Amino acid sequence: MNLDHILKELAGDHQELKIMEVCGTHTSSIFKNGIRSLLSPKIRLISGPGCPVCVTPASYIDKAIEWAMTPNYVLLTFGDMMKVPGSEKSLSEAKADGARVEIMYSPQEALKKAAANPELTYVIACVGFETTIPSYALVIEQTERSGLTNIKFLTALRRVMPALDFICATDNEISAFIAPGHVSTILGSQAYAGLTEQYMKPFAVAGFEGEHILIAIYDLVKQVENHKHEVHNLYPSVVKPEGNAVALAYINNYFESGQAFWRGIGVIEDSGLYLNQKYRKYDAGSADLAGDTAQKTTNCRCGEVILGKINPDECPMFGKVCTPAKAQGPCMVSSEGTCGIWFRFTRK
Amino acid sequence: MKIVMAHGSGGNATRELIKDLFHKYLANDYLDKMEDSAILPVSEYPLAMTTDSFVVTPLEFPGGDIGKLAVCGTVNDLWMAGAEPQYLTAGFILEEGLDLDLLDRVVASLSRTAKEAGIKIVAGDTKVVQGNGGLYINTAGLGFRKSGRHIGTDVIREGDALIVSGDLGNHHACIMSQRMEIVNSIQSDCANLGPMVEDLLQAGIEVRAMRDITRGGLGTVLNEIAEASNHAVEIEEKSIPVDPEVKSFCDILGLDPLYMANEGKFLCITAQEHAERALNILKQNPLGTKARLIGSVTETGKPLVTVKTRLGGKRVIDVLYGEGLPRIC
Repeated sequence: MNLDHILKELAGDHQELKIMEVCGTHTSSIFKNGIRSLLSPKIRLISGPGCPVCVTPASYIDKAIEWAMTPNYVLLTFGDMMKVPGSEKSLSEAKADGARVEIMYSPQEALKKAAANPELTYVIACVGFETTIPSYALVIEQTERSGLTNIKFLTALRRVMPALDFICATDNEISAFIAPGHVSTILGSQAYAGLTEQYMKPFAVAGFEGEHILIAIYDLVKQVENHKHEVHNLYPSVVKPEGNAVALAYINNYFESGQAFWRGIGVIEDSGLYLNQKYRKYDAGSADLAGDTAQKTTNCRCGEVILGKINPDECPMFGKVCTPAKAQGPCMVSSEGTCGIWFRFTRK
Repeated sequence: MKIVMAHGSGGNATRELIKDLFHKYLANDYLDKMEDSAILPVSEYPLAMTTDSFVVTPLEFPGGDIGKLAVCGTVNDLWMAGAEPQYLTAGFILEEGLDLDLLDRVVASLSRTAKEAGIKIVAGDTKVVQGNGGLYINTAGLGFRKSGRHIGTDVIREGDALIVSGDLGNHHACIMSQRMEIVNSIQSDCANLGPMVEDLLQAGIEVRAMRDITRGGLGTVLNEIAEASNHAVEIEEKSIPVDPEVKSFCDILGLDPLYMANEGKFLCITAQEHAERALNILKQNPLGTKARLIGSVTETGKPLVTVKTRLGGKRVIDVLYGEGLPRIC
């Protein structure tokens, strides 16, 4: 099937259908490639909860700031967490107020820093889905092996499958899903088989190039039109049906699941991962945040954006009081956040 | 040996630092007078003046160092206005603990780059502050626009061609690789753009405007051009030159070469009928072999930047927001 044919087909007449791309990197690629402009207006792409930064609750940011303000403690975080609003301020604002926050490029950096500065304790902000969780597990293993006692882990780790289940159970309008490519690398394409069967929704696992996404959309459109609901792995060079056994073993060895609060969505049972009893000594208070649903009351509609109920520009704050420079909601912060992507790629 | 606070006291240690290190590399007729101000011959041509501060870490990196950068950055800003660089000032802020051998190499590099660029260092300053062995340089440059041309965004016209002088993102990717200790062969593109600009002007190319593509990258420069000239510009994604190694680096870290800093690339806007010739001239220069025609000025009265994607879609290119930091996943 050549691309010209696919493009022609997707621009043609179709029944109304809503396809959710779960992953923020897919959303970004869809906008970068101008894919929406190539589709029939009846094929609506909606963005899902697949940006870990966006769903991290305000209470987590508050806790991270608390550590960063504690003498002799340093918070290490990826750059895209810096501007996520907490209930009072962001890590970036806290840093300006004197909090000790350092941007890391890899959690492995903590090992070197902790060994070089034994008088300081490094708290790693561990945020992410299954894709990044094994790398945190590896650092826990290395911390244990090295005997370092000045590394702690503040986790806001989330499992994608319970969130997808939640969306399928609460939204009947979504016709099909582009499954997250990176997460699927770990979980395997067969992970979606249960959802497909239970909710009769087709899934296509896709890569991140524009062509990959177009092929996935085409596949899903054809499945919907032919009343099929199967999992199609369109990224077989990277995603195996069974996933990555080594990475899954790492996750299972260090973490256990429990309820978690997703900013904008609410509590989803079994959707969080916490350090298990054996490694709880490294936890920096993450487990205590499991039931904490503190959320600043604003007009922010990121929750509805994440669930695909509205487009970002339907939020009254979008592009006005809420911009990447002064984000009011988490979806505007990250390069993977739906609002941020819309702002950057659609502003006229 | 390291820099200590006494090197900034103004006393004997300062004098020795200036005599043994700065004078060794920067001596010339203007500077040697050691007056409070340099008295410079003026020119009949319009004067161009610019200043920039350089705070890069690490101080030395593949393809350059902070000294080379401090000269190239300021010299390039003069060239972008069509002005031939003549005079440079250099202010050094040294942090206590800075390695003197490293400072020696940086000043030597700055001196060498200035000589190659044909610009004279006519005034300087040194201060020492508490810190951790860092080094910052401020340079100011003066030049004269001898071409007689009016070069600026106010003369941009609908239909003008946009040319980029080479691969994007190398400097940014190089610096990030160094900071992250990632081993690769990416080098900074830090370079004096003067010879390329001179070639264009001497060949009579109708250059409307030029911008060196530094912080914020091409995306930000194009938006500045669109806003300043009140014109829409459209570029073709497939024409944007990016080195494959830089592209892979960006893909892994979630960075976009369109927004990454360069230190030896510029955007040249020319009359459409001169575009092909301008491109050929740039390609003759070793720094311009990858030069590409990337798009054109499409509409008057609409300051908007759009890109036609490889798949045939269309999207807006906005300015860079935030810092362009690596993402989580």
